[in-house]
Amino acid sequence: MAKVEETLKRIQSQKGVQGIIIVNAEGIPIKSTLDNSSTVQYAAHIQQLLMKARSMVREVDPQNDLTFLRVRSKKNEIMIAPDKDYFLIVIQNPTE
Amino acid sequence: MSSKRPKNRASNKAKEKDKKDDTDFPSPDESATESAPPDYIFPLVLTSATQELFGCRADEDVTGENPYKLLKKEDIIQDMKTRAAVSDFSPVKHTVLEYPEDELLLVFDRDFTYGQSFYLVLTAEAKENILKPSVLQGEDVEVMEQEEEEEEIMPKTPESHPWISLGSEQEIEKESFTDSRPKLRYKISRLLRDFGAPVRFSDRSALDGKEGFVECPSYQDKSFSIRELQRHTSVQATSNIKHSSTQTLWKCPKNMCTQYEPREFSADEKENHLQSENLKNFIQSVVIRFEMALQQNHIMNVFCDDWVALCEDESALTGKTETQLKEYQSFTDLHYSREKTISHLQWHPTISGVIAVAMTERMSFEERIDNSTKLMLNPSYILFWSFSDPINPQLKLESPEDVLSFQFCPSDPNIIAGGCLNGQVVLWDISAHVERLQGTRSGDKNTINTLDKSNDPPVVRYCAVSGIENGHRSPITDIQWLPETFEVSRLGSPEENTSQISAQIVTCAPDCCVMFWDLRAPHVTTQSLTETKNKKKTEEMPLENPHGVPNTFKHLNLTWKPFIRVSLPKIGTSGEYSPLKFSLRDNTVDYPIVSTADKPPPNSEREDGSGFGQLPSGKEQKPLEHISTKLYVGTEDGELVYTDWKMEKDNDSGRLYSAKPSHRFILHDTLVNTVSRSPFFRDIILTVGSWSFAIWKEGVMNGPIVMSSCSQKMYTAGQWSLSRPAVFFIGKEDGSIEVWDLLEKTHEPSQTQNISITPITCIKARSISSKQHLLAVSDGLGILHILEIPWTLRRSSSNERKNVWMYFEKEEERLLYFHQRKLQHEKEKEMEAEELRKMEPVLPQKQDEELQADALKEYEQYLSLETITLKDTNLLMGTDDASDL
Repeated sequence: MAKVEETLKRIQSQKGVQGIIIVNAEGIPIKSTLDNSSTVQYAAHIQQLLMKARSMVREVDPQNDLTFLRVRSKKNEIMIAPDKDYFLIVIQNPTE
Repeated sequence: MSSKRPKNRASNKAKEKDKKDDTDFPSPDESATESAPPDYIFPLVLTSATQELFGCRADEDVTGENPYKLLKKEDIIQDMKTRAAVSDFSPVKHTVLEYPEDELLLVFDRDFTYGQSFYLVLTAEAKENILKPSVLQGEDVEVMEQEEEEEEIMPKTPESHPWISLGSEQEIEKESFTDSRPKLRYKISRLLRDFGAPVRFSDRSALDGKEGFVECPSYQDKSFSIRELQRHTSVQATSNIKHSSTQTLWKCPKNMCTQYEPREFSADEKENHLQSENLKNFIQSVVIRFEMALQQNHIMNVFCDDWVALCEDESALTGKTETQLKEYQSFTDLHYSREKTISHLQWHPTISGVIAVAMTERMSFEERIDNSTKLMLNPSYILFWSFSDPINPQLKLESPEDVLSFQFCPSDPNIIAGGCLNGQVVLWDISAHVERLQGTRSGDKNTINTLDKSNDPPVVRYCAVSGIENGHRSPITDIQWLPETFEVSRLGSPEENTSQISAQIVTCAPDCCVMFWDLRAPHVTTQSLTETKNKKKTEEMPLENPHGVPNTFKHLNLTWKPFIRVSLPKIGTSGEYSPLKFSLRDNTVDYPIVSTADKPPPNSEREDGSGFGQLPSGKEQKPLEHISTKLYVGTEDGELVYTDWKMEKDNDSGRLYSAKPSHRFILHDTLVNTVSRSPFFRDIILTVGSWSFAIWKEGVMNGPIVMSSCSQKMYTAGQWSLSRPAVFFIGKEDGSIEVWDLLEKTHEPSQTQNISITPITCIKARSISSKQHLLAVSDGLGILHILEIPWTLRRSSSNERKNVWMYFEKEEERLLYFHQRKLQHEKEKEMEAEELRKMEPVLPQKQDEELQADALKEYEQYLSLETITLKDTNLLMGTDDASDL
């Protein structure tokens, strides 16, 4: 638990990081540094996007798998790392 | 009739004699009026060819005496064959063919009894009769002739005789049908046993034997023809169209809604998850990727479009490389600019293309005293120039003395306030001449009457001037209108301005005063108000209006005095500062939108002179809190004083006095000739002294944030650029203008351009349109130059404001740092000194020389320390400069 906290803090301390969300495979958030409504929105939408991206990668090449997804938008960048049971979302504003 | 009778008689006689049945043979000698030929007679026309052929030529072979000619049947047939339809005998072809005997009788009908010259007898009997009874007829003819003679002699009336049968009943009998024998009657029937017998049908072809059927074949009937007509028709096939419709059942509509909420874990579940090993492993594995990505983002912005960011400053570089200020126009007047200099100029705030210029004599104080009589005769003017006419000024404002500074009223550009050389404040009202100014703006010389455009522009006399005793005691060097956003009360506290009209002026002069003037009628007391009003009314009526001056400020004339007098006592010492220029903070206040009905109409009341008088004075207004009442004052001695204009009440005497200024900065060596605020940043002030300029930030009390090095030539004027936050213009003594660009270079101007030979007295910038920014520069010779600001100096890049702001902040930080370092340095010095002092009593036995040596050593140590620290600070200074560039 402490280690998890510590690593999360490490990520949080990076420059420009706006929020971190840990979500389980079904899209239900487990832990978040943002408010509840944003968390829930992010989790639900990103879970769908992740499914799509992963299926795309695997269909193109079945030996391949998705390791990291970065969505760059006008205001910030959303980084998603999927895993078997969970995935982690970090929102960063890079041009600060 | 007479002819018929003999014929009848002849015929009757012939009948009686012959007693033949049906024939009635008329003799050929009878008269010619026989209408219908009998059946056996066929009249014929025989051509001469036929006549020759058959030998029956008229009057030769066949004559009246001998009219009969027997023709052989075979001959006729042969003629018909040879000549077919052309043959004369063709009509009787059938009869000839069927004629039983061989010879036919052709009779020459000399008298045309049957219509033609010949006739053919068609039957044999007739032939015989004609040939034979000619004998008989001869006798008849004789008898007839006798009888005719008798009748002609004695015509007598016919007597009724019983009907004598003349043979006509025979005809009737002949024609009538009578049964020659009784009718025979036959009855035919089938055998009874055949009825009901089985019938046997058999097929038979219809074509077998013509008796089996009756045919009605078609034949061409010549008597009846069908005319063929052609008709255009067209045929189009279409598909079957069927219309059908359906209607859905209208079900009763019902409002329905669903609401959902996202799935969430309960706190316990979350805890469970967080504790799980799975999560820990996941986090561990994933965090590395994240750190890489985050750092990447931080290092460099991958998505930055370099092309776009690059070309931003140099877009449209094509051809627009001119950086010099181009001369647009210059104005000088022969009469009024001679030997005069322009002390102040201002653009007309609303009418574009009109500038007002204040002309003053180029004389020093002593010269003025010497020439005072001459000066009295020559009034001084403010000239209005318009772009449409570079030779003649449009308007002249007369003032009692030379005007050193003036300004248009921001809420009503027809009111101009000016400060004179003798300390008076002068007001003009040019409402009457606005059309003239506006008309000339369009530059349309044809529409304006040439008579009007005489060489002498109209003179507008001042309509109010302050009392000499009440005003300043030295020339007014700066005059500014208070913006219409707020008013200042008698105590100096700002209050809201309900009328939204600027009615207050602030002036300053080197007599160490900053004065506030109010344009409105002085509000004495309620009791005497009516009296004063009445007095005013009665006074106004008989007073004539000399010089055509509008009565706008009649209430102020010669009695005007300031309502606040702010003095500037020196901090620390006695005496006062002598202000030359000042600058107020640009305060904006949000007012609720006032309906136009509340605002007093500007022009209609002006004529009564009561417009300004009727404005409510400052008693009922609400005080405003966030207005800054501080102002910067540039003094004669080169100081910048930061003071508050609010008056404080002295508790002892009850008098109002102004507080001591809070800060004072001595920077410039000689007088400060410009204190102006940046149009982009409210708290950045540019002060221009004689040899240098400085940029100050309000609130930073340590010193100027930017200070320029001393220049070789004196600076005489300064002005910020209106469109670029980092650019400002400085006018010099040698008539050139320096363009400083803070983002480009801070140690020297980015551009220098010579405009005239005499010193620049005033610079004012104005943007006419987005494409044209003009700089009005006045010089010591009285010439007004209008320069066009080139595109590079006009167009600000997108980040310029931000960059300038950052630059100022950096400078501020530097200043603070310096200050802190200085304090620290002093502290260190003190500590060192203390240590030294401490150290001294410990070693009292040392001899003087040793003491001196020690002291020297220590001193040298101290010196080295000092140089080291100074070097450090120097180096830092250097890097700051480098980063500035």
